[in-house]
Amino acid sequence: MLQGWVIVVTSFAYLGLLFAIAYYADSRADRGRSVIASPYIYSLSLAVYATAWTFYGSVGRAAVDGVGFLPIYLGPTLMIALWWIVMRKILRISKQNRITSLADFVASRYGKSALLGGVVTIIAVIGIVPYISLQLKAVSSSFIILVQYPEIIMPAKVGALPVLQDTALWVALILAIFTVLFGTRHLYSAEHHEGMVAAIAFESLVKLLAFLAVGVFVTFGIYNGFGDVFARAADEPKLAAMLTPLEGVAGSYASWIWLTILSMLAIMFLPRQFQVTVIENVDEKHLHKAIWLFPLYMLAINIFVLPIAFGGRLHFPDGMVDADTFVLTLPMAERQELLALLVFIGGLSAATGMVIVETIALSTMVCNDLVMPVLLRQRRLRLAERRDLTGLLLGIRRGAIVLILLLGYLYFRLAGEAYALVSIGLISFAAVAQFAPAVLGGIFWKGATRRGALAGLCTGFGVWFYTLLLPALARSDWLPRSLLEHGPFGNELLKPLELFGLAGLDQITHAMLWSMIANVGVYVVVSLLGTPSAEEHRQASLFVDVFRREAGGARFWRGTASVPDLYNLLARFLGPEGADTAFAEYARARGRHWPDAELAADAELVHFAETQLAGAIGAASARIMVAAVAKEEALTLNEVREILDEASQVVVYSHKLEQKSRELEAATAELRAANEALKELDRLKDDFISTVTHELRTPLTSIRAFSEILLADPDVELAQRKKFLGIITRETERLTRLINQVLDLAKIESGRAEWHVSRVELREVISDTLAGMSQVFKENNLEVEARLPERISPVNADIDRLIQVLLNLLSNAVKFCEPGRGRIEVTLSEADGYARIDVRDNGPGISPEEQRVIFDKFRQAGDTLTNKPPGTGLGLHISRQIVEHFGGRMWVASVPGKGACFSFTLPLEPARAEARAAA
Amino acid sequence: MYALEKKAQRLVALCMLGFLLFNYPLLALFNRPGALLGVPILYAFIFAAWALLIALMALVVERDG
Repeated sequence: MLQGWVIVVTSFAYLGLLFAIAYYADSRADRGRSVIASPYIYSLSLAVYATAWTFYGSVGRAAVDGVGFLPIYLGPTLMIALWWIVMRKILRISKQNRITSLADFVASRYGKSALLGGVVTIIAVIGIVPYISLQLKAVSSSFIILVQYPEIIMPAKVGALPVLQDTALWVALILAIFTVLFGTRHLYSAEHHEGMVAAIAFESLVKLLAFLAVGVFVTFGIYNGFGDVFARAADEPKLAAMLTPLEGVAGSYASWIWLTILSMLAIMFLPRQFQVTVIENVDEKHLHKAIWLFPLYMLAINIFVLPIAFGGRLHFPDGMVDADTFVLTLPMAERQELLALLVFIGGLSAATGMVIVETIALSTMVCNDLVMPVLLRQRRLRLAERRDLTGLLLGIRRGAIVLILLLGYLYFRLAGEAYALVSIGLISFAAVAQFAPAVLGGIFWKGATRRGALAGLCTGFGVWFYTLLLPALARSDWLPRSLLEHGPFGNELLKPLELFGLAGLDQITHAMLWSMIANVGVYVVVSLLGTPSAEEHRQASLFVDVFRREAGGARFWRGTASVPDLYNLLARFLGPEGADTAFAEYARARGRHWPDAELAADAELVHFAETQLAGAIGAASARIMVAAVAKEEALTLNEVREILDEASQVVVYSHKLEQKSRELEAATAELRAANEALKELDRLKDDFISTVTHELRTPLTSIRAFSEILLADPDVELAQRKKFLGIITRETERLTRLINQVLDLAKIESGRAEWHVSRVELREVISDTLAGMSQVFKENNLEVEARLPERISPVNADIDRLIQVLLNLLSNAVKFCEPGRGRIEVTLSEADGYARIDVRDNGPGISPEEQRVIFDKFRQAGDTLTNKPPGTGLGLHISRQIVEHFGGRMWVASVPGKGACFSFTLPLEPARAEARAAA
Repeated sequence: MYALEKKAQRLVALCMLGFLLFNYPLLALFNRPGALLGVPILYAFIFAAWALLIALMALVVERDG
């Protein structure tokens, strides 16, 4: 069943399906209903990290040294935990500056340097070409093997084919066409390739399912579960050592650590990872879920690697079958045609996914950061005067895609056969790791300069080239082997694999060690020795402080420009429609309507145009183009510093201002409250005066009435006269009492009252007071009982005032008790450091409403209109003030009809109370 | 802002934990013969630690505040 045409048709059907998905996603995006706006799709698209290298090569490496493949997936898991800090920053920077690629990012950070962008592009292309060739190799090998079915013959045995019959060439060409169709539909590279991302996410699912399928088949179909595979492997002397591989077959712990670090850097700086993580990101928040979903994906795709590796070694013990092909050859050997086909498709999706994203990312770099800056500087080409450059841009990108894939094929023909898949991949990892110092340093260290980055990158790349790429070429016999064995010109110290005599490390560890020392060292030293230019200083500040200030690039531009010039510039690169959309957006954000409204060609518009342009052709080229149409006055470094200082001072000022205004608000609120309180007091005072005058007038009225009677009629009988005089005397007494109490109250409230504080024995005070009032009780025929404890601590108080309080409470009780049946109880007790006095009567009681107000001024129990009780209505108020003055409390408890109980407390003398508590 | 800072710090701590788990000397402790449920001890340890790390990361990221 597995004839060549079946495989080819299936492959094309699969590619067609990918296209359908991409087309659907793109058309949905055009209608504004994005399918990729989901953290799950985002996480799946990150899984473009797992290429054919993962799909076939992991098993290949595991079959040699057991766990040696794992750091490649553990590293990203560790790195992604740091993404919360690092990647969120890169994402924010990239969105603000409309970054189009990794090269653009580096160029933009270091003063929009076209040179640096070009260097990054060249390093990326050279570094990634082996990786692309790896994908071609994987697809063509798996195809050749599958076509031989039911025989299992390694491609090497098939023999070298002439170029035109070489599967790898056809794979390269088909992928090139596919990528061109996929990736260059739109020009605007800062915008998202929604269709591509959707297709990549789908491919991630396919390769995972295919790998899990073959894993389950090998583990549970051929063998009886994990235990069985490992147990059989343990019985094989050759395989047993791989069960405890560290320090043995997998090399030292040093290589394990370096491999982890290498992968940590690769997950950030592989151009395709930067593309899907940063450029294609539609929402920063998607990063959150990806932080655990993506590692979970890697865990899932690795679970069956070891069983398949051991299964393959057990199944093909003679070593005739390449371990890189176990994933495919095991199902073939078991005559599982459909599964084998599924595996082939899985490998195809792993490879195509990588190739599509990688070449799109690289072609953007080549176009924006390598070709365009060069073309734009060529005056002879008069590019700046061409009306529409969109066609040219697309052409460059398409050409770059084809060129990169052909380079990949060339490497495959030249050097590919000499290496296993894993080694080729690691060479690329080490190349992109060279970007780490420039990028990570660039977003956290303002002092890093363009020269530093350039020098560091070139040195690191040089060491990489010398220690990794040269040996690869030498092993493929394109360079003399003596170079590896004796060093250049017989100089042993410079042997590429044992530089300066550093022996005993594996090749990757050795290369990483030297290249990182060189890269970081040169980057730091050159940065520290030099001074950044104005442009660099500005960009450094925009990048490093991205979370502290919002996009403020416009502040740094000074010069003159015209709106039509800027519009035409945008139209040349984005097309007239693109330019119209951009200007309309700009105008709308300022409440204007384009093209009716006049826009000012100010710094803001120039900056806007430059950023838009950067989204299409990269920061460095955009800079050149804008400079061509706008007359800019160059800022000096000091001016940039001043602007930055001003900006930070403005921030400080605004913080201060905010604080001041908060303080002001608080003060205002306080004032308002004080004012309210004053108004209330004023009202109370008015109430008080009117009440007092009312209270004064009542006795005065009766005094006057009776005096007038006596004055007018001298013949009033004696008895009558006595009665009248008696009333006058009583009313006068009441008046005096009232005035005394008002004065008293005024003194207490204003704090001018005199207090004669001394130690007071409450028992004595109560007994004396009761004795003083015994006549009153007798007159009213009341029963009085005092319940006094044997001993009680003294309190600190003014004895006269206390007597005043007691007298007040007792006379109130007398007032409300029915003569003859009345009963008054006075109780003294002690609790919690307080003395408590209760005065209980069996009068009519006080209703709850009255209880609430009875301590207020001029409030009395009973209906004051019809049955005014004797008294002023100030007594209880004054009593409470006195008690509270000594730190006590006064309250009333009463049930109407069952009498009332007035209580108050006073704190016991502290020393004694404490002594008591201690005892 | 405070919650974001807190999450960032917890994730950095997890990264360090990962470095500890997947490195000498912890790895060396498990690099010996024997099996856990039929799986060689080293492999079982690495995959279990890996899964644990991912679970903790999910917990830190997904938990509110």
